[in-house]
Amino acid sequence: MRNVSSETTAHPALIFWIVAGWVGFCLLPWYGVEDGFFSFEWLVDGYPFDEDYAPAAFLIGQGEKLWLTPLLIPLIISLFALGRKKSDPLYAKILIASGALGFGWLIAQGFGIGIRGYNYEWLTALFGDLGDRQFGMGYGALLLASAYLFLFTQGIAARGAINGDVFVVSAIGGVIVIVTVFVFFPIAKMLLAAFITEEGGYSASVFASKFFDDRLWGLGCLSGGRCGAAWNSLFLAITVGILTTVLGLVFALVVTRSGFRYKRALRALTVLPIITPPFVIGLALILLFGLSGSVTQFFADLFGVQPTRWLYGMPGVLIAQTLAFTPIAFLVLIGVVEGVSPSMEEAAQTLRANRWQTFRTVSLPLMRPGLANAFLLGFIESMADFGNPLVLGGNFDVLSTEIFFAIVGAQYDQGRAAVLAMVLLFFTLSAFYAQRMWLGKKSYTTVSGKGDAGVHPLMPNGLAIPVFIAAITWGLFTVVVYGMILYGSVVELWGVNNTLTFKHYVTAFSVRFEETGIRWTGAAWDSFWTTIYIAAAAAPLTAIVGLITAYLLTRQSFAGKNAFEFGTMLSFAIPGTVIGVSYILAFNVPPIEITGTGIILIVSFIFRNMPVGVRAGIASMSQLDKSLDESSLTLGANSWQTFRRVILPLLKPAILAALVYSFVRAMTAISAVIFLVSAEYDMATSYIIGRVENNDYGLAIAYSTTLIFVMLAAVGLLQLLVGRTQIGRRTQFGAKEQT
Amino acid sequence: MKRLSTLALTSIVALTAGVSAAQADKLTLYCSAQEDWCQLMARSFEDATGIDVNMTRKSSGETFAQIKAESSNPRGDVWWGGTGDPHLQAAEENLTMAYVSPMRDQLHDWAISQATSAGDKTIGIYSGALGYGYNTELLAANNLPEPSCWKDLLKPEYKGHVQMANPNSSGTAYTTLASMVQLFGEDEGFEFMKGLHANINQYTKSGSAPIRAAGRGENTIGIVFMHDAVKQAVSGFPVKVVAPCEGTGYEIGSMSIIDGARNEDEAKKFYDWALSTDAQNLALEVNAFQVPSNKGADTSPSAPDMSTITLIDYDFKTYGSSAERKRLLQKWDEDVSTLPQ
Repeated sequence: MRNVSSETTAHPALIFWIVAGWVGFCLLPWYGVEDGFFSFEWLVDGYPFDEDYAPAAFLIGQGEKLWLTPLLIPLIISLFALGRKKSDPLYAKILIASGALGFGWLIAQGFGIGIRGYNYEWLTALFGDLGDRQFGMGYGALLLASAYLFLFTQGIAARGAINGDVFVVSAIGGVIVIVTVFVFFPIAKMLLAAFITEEGGYSASVFASKFFDDRLWGLGCLSGGRCGAAWNSLFLAITVGILTTVLGLVFALVVTRSGFRYKRALRALTVLPIITPPFVIGLALILLFGLSGSVTQFFADLFGVQPTRWLYGMPGVLIAQTLAFTPIAFLVLIGVVEGVSPSMEEAAQTLRANRWQTFRTVSLPLMRPGLANAFLLGFIESMADFGNPLVLGGNFDVLSTEIFFAIVGAQYDQGRAAVLAMVLLFFTLSAFYAQRMWLGKKSYTTVSGKGDAGVHPLMPNGLAIPVFIAAITWGLFTVVVYGMILYGSVVELWGVNNTLTFKHYVTAFSVRFEETGIRWTGAAWDSFWTTIYIAAAAAPLTAIVGLITAYLLTRQSFAGKNAFEFGTMLSFAIPGTVIGVSYILAFNVPPIEITGTGIILIVSFIFRNMPVGVRAGIASMSQLDKSLDESSLTLGANSWQTFRRVILPLLKPAILAALVYSFVRAMTAISAVIFLVSAEYDMATSYIIGRVENNDYGLAIAYSTTLIFVMLAAVGLLQLLVGRTQIGRRTQFGAKEQT
Repeated sequence: MKRLSTLALTSIVALTAGVSAAQADKLTLYCSAQEDWCQLMARSFEDATGIDVNMTRKSSGETFAQIKAESSNPRGDVWWGGTGDPHLQAAEENLTMAYVSPMRDQLHDWAISQATSAGDKTIGIYSGALGYGYNTELLAANNLPEPSCWKDLLKPEYKGHVQMANPNSSGTAYTTLASMVQLFGEDEGFEFMKGLHANINQYTKSGSAPIRAAGRGENTIGIVFMHDAVKQAVSGFPVKVVAPCEGTGYEIGSMSIIDGARNEDEAKKFYDWALSTDAQNLALEVNAFQVPSNKGADTSPSAPDMSTITLIDYDFKTYGSSAERKRLLQKWDEDVSTLPQ
């Protein structure tokens, strides 16, 4: 075991956070600056005395906002920890007291006092009318809150939790706090609506009446009628989960375990659907298989039958979702399939197993974490998907669209939306637990510290042939669908007037060169730049939060770990519409007031997409032998250094998956975004939907096509930046593979 | 020395100018009409008054949900466009504020009656009649007769060829339901909806989806607002617009000032301006085929000729109230949507 109590009396992290606390309290503007988080106009505009920009210390000095004064006490308390040794029991006690007091008071005053004085009537009753108000928190409050949080976690660590590891305790504390603030808090606020009666009171019977609804649970489809949205969603999600996992595995096998020559093309092809804005796949499918679709017409003429609307409903949604979500399964599985140790497979072969036996009894079982995670993601994505059912659903109602229209439809029934969201959440969480049960407590470690210079065996023939057929069929199908999309962007009016034209691109992306520089005159530029900016800001943050969480979940054990894991998955399992509305409900009023800004978009993307980073990270990390960490720790590194120098480099596929996925999703997400975009921060997808509603199919598709190419470029760039993992293995053809 | 003071003076002037520019008048506009119309309204208002407009376009249902969610700390100032029901609903829930514009005497009666029914919290800016459109090519391909009345749609040969939105999710479809109830009486109105149900191939979620599907050849007949059908025809799709012979209901696109608006004065300026002939004539520049509420404003030549359409006396106060809406929708849910097709 490492030596816990460091001999230096003043730990640098401790000094850092104490200083940060004072800076937050005395120097930075306490309240949110209205011009935006990254606008620094306040520096020249009345700071530090102007009330809008004053730090807390200056406010109190001027006799304003006196309820902030108690925040000073814990800051002073924390100073007493400076002279003490870590092993001193008082050290821990001081830090815990300081952190807990400060953080607690910060939250209490934030929720207690809002823009209309006291937020709760009992406070007014107790203290009388406040006669003052406060707005959302700004830099100062943010920094001070972090300072208190990390003083608290350092105190906990000093008491010996998790071997006194400050990095791990702080990381756990940080993730818990941000997940609570940005996931639990808004969702709880939204779900409470399920119990609110029309008069504004709370009642459980309201919930019951909305829950036991035939439109939700009806089983009419068994007798020729229509089923409830809950059964539809469940059945669809299971089917999509299985299909995407199988197809994802097929592609992963072709890429890693076959002599297939066009692997790169295949790889690019599988990534295409993930970078496609919503509606576009649906529109392309309609043009192919709809009532007047080319394929439908062709077969109708061929067999002399009436064309039907078979696409609308379950079949269409199933095709579109499988097309759209297979890449996610592929991204998760490729890391795992690559990671399975060839030595084990070689050992099996040495023991006279044939290729099929090796695959079935060694390779496949080792891929279980990947398969389970891929299924889970497919299941959840299908549950929460909104665009495809909207375009292709026909009379096949699913929960996500029902939720959307319960909120924005003619009934404005937020309570019903909340009930439906609970049902959806119940399904996704059940899937989550089923997945954990299936994986069990077995070990899937295949990358250990020992040298491993094996070569993956090729697939057995009995497997290779169906795999190739599936991969090629699917590949061709994808090519046709995307061919249609590309074609749709260069014709006058899709499906009616097929004259070739570039006018849609010109309308969207024209630029004029003038003396003063480039003028972006196209209609789409505004939303385009916003989208790029938001996506680029969200992607690295998502990856960081996701991978740290994955590291904590796989490598550390602490009380409440399961609840912790559940919390990180929650935001992903909830459809975007619910997230969107709950974010408005939660973050439009102090203490956190960020609606109408770019921050709310970034935050919503981070927490919606983080679970993919977590899943990919967990899948990869559970393959890395713990002895790697241990040897690093034994050699004197601390856990941060171990994470940074040993685990992180081995996680490159997971990092890439998280980065790519979050960037791409930030560019293509729609359901949450509809509620969060504002005039200054309009996103590409909401712009595209506006065009579709307005019959500008050409413009919408041209814009989408452009986005596809931009994302392809971005994915390529990321791949280049992150690089590949170099596990010391021979390649198929003997030569050492270069990155 | 002199140079220095000049420099200081200029920088002070520049600073104050910068400050006053930062404090320029601004307006946050929630717009629920089509994108290009919204853009044009925002830019034209900026040109006319010098007030900066921040415009966000969302459907009327989405805007309503947003205004409601933001009600404790309103972000928007004025809500322009979108069908009247959510505006009435917002008025009912006190999300919008009463305002009597000096422009009122220039407006059609229907626009003012929309205002009086909501305690002056909203006002009509355009209207559009309900009807349906059909895809001429598909109709011919299936050897179907051309429909011209509501009751024609009940004929068995149209089975599987008619599409309308789900009244639970779409204001357009709710207007259809309420119009049928007012046109034929409640009992016969629901009999009509039951008969129609047998011919419906899909209840879409969004109100204009049926006619968009008809335009692309995915559906034959779509029940929508006629101006939406006209837009398909003008865009080049083979769609023919029908004003049903029995008469029909209509929507009143509305405008409201959000209660607690941060820029209330600017919101009122916009409100008055949006009711003027100049502002309403902007509809001609985009593909908007609604009838403007200002008597002096022009209607697009492609728009359905309102004088040839029999309009019912639509009771917006009764059928716009949430109690009546809940009752009708529940009745539709129980009596109509559960029937086999």
